[in-house]
Formats: sequence, C-alpha cells, structure tokens
Amino acid sequence: MGGRRKRKGGHVAFDPIIAETRFGCGLSPVVRPPETIAEILDGTSQPSHVETQYPIASFDHYLTRVLVLGEARKKIRAKNGPDKAQELRKQLRVFLRASAVDQRHWLVQSMLRRSSTDAGFRERLAFFWADHFTAKGKRQALRYSSAPYAESAIRPHLTGRFEDMLIAAVTHPLMLSFLDQEKSVGPASPFALKRQAKQFGLNENLAREVLELHTLGVAGPYSQTDVRQLAELFAGLQWKTDVGLAYRPEIAEPGAERVLGKWYGSQQGQLADIHAVLRDLARHPSTARHIAHKLAVHFVSDAPDDALVRAIEAAYLDTDGHLPAVYHAMLSHTLSWQGAGNVKQPVEFVGSSLRALGFAQSDATALEDKNVKTQFLAPLLLMGQPWEGATGPDGWSEDDQQWASPQGLAARPQWALSLPEILPQARPDPREFVRVALGPDAPERVVFAAGAAESRREGIALVLMSPAFQRH
Amino acid sequence: MTHILSRRGFMMRSAAIGCSLAASPLVTPMTFASAPWDNRLVVIILRGGLDGLDAVRPWGDPDFVNARPSLATERDPALALDNYFGLHPALAPLMPLWQAGELGFVHAASQPYRDKRSHFDGQDLLEAGLASREGGLRDGWLNRMLQGVPNVTADTTYAIGREDMLLTRGAALVLRWTPEVDIGLSAQGLMLMELTMQDDPMLAQAMAQAVNLADQDGDPVVMADEQDMMEGMAADQKVLKGSKSHERIADFAAQQLRQDARITSFSIGGWDTHANQSRVLAKPLSKLADTILRLKDGVGANVWGKTTVIAMTEFGRTVRENGTKGTDHGTGGVMVLSGGALRGGKVYGRWPGLSEAALYDRRDLMPTDDVRRWAAWAMRGSFGLSRDHLERVVFPGLDLADDPNMLL
Repeated sequence: MGGRRKRKGGHVAFDPIIAETRFGCGLSPVVRPPETIAEILDGTSQPSHVETQYPIASFDHYLTRVLVLGEARKKIRAKNGPDKAQELRKQLRVFLRASAVDQRHWLVQSMLRRSSTDAGFRERLAFFWADHFTAKGKRQALRYSSAPYAESAIRPHLTGRFEDMLIAAVTHPLMLSFLDQEKSVGPASPFALKRQAKQFGLNENLAREVLELHTLGVAGPYSQTDVRQLAELFAGLQWKTDVGLAYRPEIAEPGAERVLGKWYGSQQGQLADIHAVLRDLARHPSTARHIAHKLAVHFVSDAPDDALVRAIEAAYLDTDGHLPAVYHAMLSHTLSWQGAGNVKQPVEFVGSSLRALGFAQSDATALEDKNVKTQFLAPLLLMGQPWEGATGPDGWSEDDQQWASPQGLAARPQWALSLPEILPQARPDPREFVRVALGPDAPERVVFAAGAAESRREGIALVLMSPAFQRH
Repeated sequence: MTHILSRRGFMMRSAAIGCSLAASPLVTPMTFASAPWDNRLVVIILRGGLDGLDAVRPWGDPDFVNARPSLATERDPALALDNYFGLHPALAPLMPLWQAGELGFVHAASQPYRDKRSHFDGQDLLEAGLASREGGLRDGWLNRMLQGVPNVTADTTYAIGREDMLLTRGAALVLRWTPEVDIGLSAQGLMLMELTMQDDPMLAQAMAQAVNLADQDGDPVVMADEQDMMEGMAADQKVLKGSKSHERIADFAAQQLRQDARITSFSIGGWDTHANQSRVLAKPLSKLADTILRLKDGVGANVWGKTTVIAMTEFGRTVRENGTKGTDHGTGGVMVLSGGALRGGKVYGRWPGLSEAALYDRRDLMPTDDVRRWAAWAMRGSFGLSRDHLERVVFPGLDLADDPNMLL
C-alpha cells in the first residue's frame, strides 16, 4: 500500500509511527509517540492522567440518579391524581433528557481522552473490551449508562486477568438487564414453585452469549445442553438499584449443573458457583483462541496470520489469561507491524482526526451541547457507528468492508470538512498538517494533494481521507 | 447556490481544467450485474407503534366510538373504504389508490410478540422476523430472504436511511444509502481524493460508488467553492432535522427501483402517540401517504405495476383512549399494503370485534393474523420463493397457511 512505511528486512523494527497509529489513538502535534514496546505496556498498566482529567461518571454514580428517579416516581404513584400517568411520563422524560446531555458530555470527554492521552493503547483497549462486552440500557432508566458501565466494569480490569473482567462484565447490572437475565428464574426454585400460576422460567440469553461471544466463541465445543445448564446456574443473578448486583438464592435452580463436563453448584445456589464456572470458561483453550484471534483482527488485520494468533494464544494459555502478557505477545510479534492496517472504525477515525488537530479542553468548552448532536452524534450515525449504539451483544463488526461502505465512507469527508466548526482555532497549513497526521514519511501523493487543495479546509479533509490515515 | 454542479457539469468543467475524467473511477458509472427478478418489493418499518384503529377506523363496530371519545368523532363518507371501515383523514390522498385497487390493509394483525409491549424488543423482533429473542438476533428477515438466491448483487437491495436496520443486516449483500450524505468536496478536491486513494482498491471503489449514489439522490455531489459547500452542508443539516427527509428517501428509492434495485427498505417514525393523538398522528400518516404517492410517481406506471409495498409496525395501540387523548402500547394493529401488483381495494384479515371480551388482555385489539405471513406471501408472490425457504429460513417456524391471494 502506498501509504505504509516500508519495513527494512524481515525483523520487527519497532516503529513509533505505527505504534501510535495502529496501537494508539493516532499522531498528535503535542504528544510524542511511544519509543518502545515497554513504554506502550507501561502506559496501559494504570489509569492514565486523562481519566482523572476528563472524568466519566461511575456506574454507581449513575445508579444513585436512577434511585432518585425511582423515589420520585414512587411518590407520584402513591398519589391518586387524575394526571398520574402523565406525571410519571414527564418525570421519566426529564430524567432521560438530562441523561442524554450527560451522554453527550461523556462522548466529548472520551474524545478528549483520545486526543490528549500519552497512553493511546489503553484507550484503544478500553474501547475494544467495552465492545467485546457490549451492554446497553434496555430499561429506559439505563439507556445512557454504557459509558459508566465501561468506566466501572471494563477499565479497572484492562491489565488484570481476563477472568476478572469477564466476571465484572457478565455479573454487571447493565449486562443482566441487556441480556434478559433479570427475567430468568429457575423453574424449580422456591420462588417459582410458590407462584406456579405465573409460570416463571429460565431465559437463556445471557448464558448463550457468554459461551458464544464472551468466552468460547461460536465455533467452541458447547452444546444446547451446556447453554441450558449454564442458564440454570446463572438463575439468581439479579440486581437492585440501591446495591447493584444482588444474588437471590430463592430464584436459583436447585441442584448442581454440568457445564462442559464439569459439575457446579449444589442444592443451595450461590454466587461463588457462578464465579467458578466463569473462571473455568475464561481459562478454556477455546477462549484463549477466540480472544487471541479477536485481538489480532481488531488491531492488525481482518485476516491475521495464524502464526500471530498462535503466539497470542500461547501467551494466554501460559498465563491463564493474564492480559499484559497477552498484549505483549501481540506487540512483540513481527507480523503485528506489517501490512496496510485495518480501516479505522468511525469512532477511531473521529478520535484520531481530533487528535491530529490537537482537540483540547478549550475546544470542548466552546462546544455547545446541541452542537455535539450535529457535529458528533449525527455524523457518527451516518458513518455507520451511532455512539454507544451497537445493536446486538456482538458489538461492532471488525470487517473492513462494513466500514468502507459507500455511505459510511462518504460521510467521512462530509464530517472532516466541518472540522473548522469544531476546532475554530486549529487552522493548520495542510502542507504541515500532512506531516503531523501521517508522520515525516507521509506518502507523496497525499503530500501533493494537501498542497494542491483549493482551501485549507479541503486540504485537511484530504489528508484525513487518505488511505494512510483511514487505515491504521 | 448557482455554482453547484451536477455530475455531468462536473465532468465538463473538469475537462476544462485539463483532467482526464473519463478514466476516473470516481465518476465512471458503475455497471451492475442483472437482477434475479423483475418484480419490486418495498418494505417500510413504521417505528413507534402505529394505531391501526385510528388509521383504518372500524366504524361498523358498535364499540368503536365509545372507546375513543376524542379520536372517533367524525365519520366522513368520502373516506369510507367499505360499509365497515374508513380511513383517517390524513390518508385521504391515498383514496384514488384505494379506488384503483392499489391500496389495501390487513387489520387485526400483529407479529407474535406479546405482553411486554416494548418498542425495543418489538422492533427488533419485527425486523428479525422471529417469535422470541431466545437464540439471539443476528440478522433480519429481508436479508435471510436473499441468502441463497442466485444473482443477488449489492444493488439488488437497498437499505435507505440513516440507521443500520436489523431488517436488512446479515450475510447477503445489501447496499445502504441515505440521501443526507454528501461528499461535500469541490471538483478539485474530489479528484485529489481519488489520487490519494488510487492504490487502495477497497476505499477507492467504495468512494466511487458513493459518488455515484450521491449524484442520484437529489442534490449535487460536488460543490463549486467553499461558500457553496457550507450552504450545502447547512441545507443537509436542515434536511437531517427537518420533516422532508422522507421525500428524498422515497425519491431515491423510486430511482433505484426504476433501475436494477428490486427491493428497498426504510423506516418512518413518529407513531408513538401517547397524547393528543388527533393532532400528532396526522403527521406520520401524511408522510406515509406522501411516501407511497412519490414512490408511485417516481417509478413510473410500468414498474409500479410490478411493485408491492408493505408497511408494518411493532405493535398496535390500546383500544381505549387514555387520559391524555392518546393511546398506549397495544397488540393487534394494521398492516398497510400498496402497489400496482396488489389486489387491493380490500381490508384483509378477520375482524375480532372490540367488545371487552373480544380484546386481548381486555385492552388491545386481538391479533387474528401474523403480519409475517403477509410479508411472506408478498415475497412468494413477487419472487416465487419456496414455501420451505420462507417457513424455515426467512421466518423460522411460521405457518404460511392458505394463500390470501393478495397479488395480481
């Protein structure tokens, strides 16, 4: 590909430009790229300064607001006015409107994190794992809680063991709601037996997605019986607004369950059994393979070389899914530094464009809420990636073809041309900007196009639309 | 905006500035493989829960007027469909189609989804074409319909509009486009972009197709200068927010159907009429009427004769009006059928009645038919798909039952 820098010989040569584009948030005029693999990994090991500088609410904090809403609605219900329904709706509407404003604020915060971080790999991993464990509000009150969920369930585990992140995500209130676990009741549980007329039963949704998406993968060695048994084991996983996760033994299915040939649980259900099965699933060889493949696909190529996947998989198996070792295996492999790179997903394209233009707090402050709708939400929708809007639990597609669709791609220059409205201060000369965005070895043709553009606005858009920038 | 160029103008102007555009992949019309069928199908998803009882009013039912003091006020003989049903006034522009046999309805129909009455679940299931979420929702029924059909190309089916509809998602090729997208570059900028993309076939090809589509969607693909570009983008923002986007969608759909496209799908929202329904519902109903009329005009008489339009919603609404002169989420509703290929002029379905004992859950219109069955018969009639494919792959577990004979 014209845009990529040529590697010398067959060895990995660590390349700071690729390090910052492929494994980071893109080149920046103010933050220098990492110089070693160790530096990349060090940056991921703890919360970086951008997380405190540009805070996003924790899920607990979000729940306290849901609690306030619930109290207010309880009061309305207790009254016996004629306008009760209308008042309830109004209460919800006010809450939702305020939460939507928060969601847009958190969108800007996450763009600021991408723009100014010196640990770009950490931001990319947070996005990757939040997508792997996609969860979103199904109940109205939880509609805007995806960012707080990622903040609380995903980020603390980015450099721990995979099983800890798995447990945090799968037993999280938002996941329990999203995948219908809150409706699942053991059919022989004391709770269901007392209410036989109501015909309570299991919902297999969470169990199925845990096996298919979160751990073993769709090709994994599980059967419908395993799904059913796991669903029985999961019965009891519930949550409450005031405490979060709340295991309820009275709705658990009595007796032990057999998942992938191993028995879990006993007469009395307990959360520990669920943790045990999740830990075993996390350490399963199919999970190692699934996660290794997914990481390679996300960061390196839609069709990664098997040698790369095997190297990542081996590190996973050797360490029981200790994620820093897994990342290290990927970053230190020659094959990870080759090829033209994937097409950026819209969120990554938007984030890296802002970073290249030095998007900063002052720009964010000047950005009005209503403009976040027109300048971020609407364009992301047109590009095919509505903010926090993945439709299914399988998250976003990794398929380049999906992102390089005619509509999705056409919406990119349309947005890039509007950048002077988002960043009125950033009016770089396109001839200099091309080196900032693509590095000192920017492809000749892009350098030419940047210089030949008839306006600054177009010159910048052309650089951002070049394959060297569209891929990473 | 006098300087805005059409693509043709762009080619001439660019020739004048000395660029060899004939060789440019960005402006060469794409050639497409031939489509597998000649008939056309348009699927419209009505998001929010259309109140079927207000759209197609069962005046002949003795319980209708009592249940709806503010909604069922005036029985206009000019809107009578037959001795029993009458149209909502906002659908009056469709009366000529009714008289021509190009408009029909299925009343008291719904998908199998029951009880929770959630938009989220209801729309997902309607588009997935499944009876329950168990087992996951991975693709949509319109996409599954295409799977395994020979000669299906990317431009056989268009999903139009901003959202990625589950209805068309899946393994088969479907082209998405929304007229709100404009590339926005100047002619010069477009050529420079082409230059930077020439070593990346995937991006270059997608962009070439985008330029082509943008050229057909009712506004110019390139802007002459920065001023035009800004004005053009402002206009698009307005369309994005405004009420006329359905017109551009209908026009674009018609244009594609006149060419190689055989199936288009899009959605129309605004049906969630919890309050002041007599005012609120008129707007989306007019949009729907407008959309159908524009499709008819846009495709021309010949193609219209081969076209079937089906519009379906996630659920109907409560039989009784609520305290805010609106209706709440219900169950049975109405499905709208149109097209020159339709045997219209008829309200299909089995009417269950509106007496309290006849209602679903003592509140909703009792569904007596499955909307998926009608969608399936529309596909079978239009494309000759096998019963087996429809009952096993497209709508797993559905019983197609007897042919309702809805198409000519």
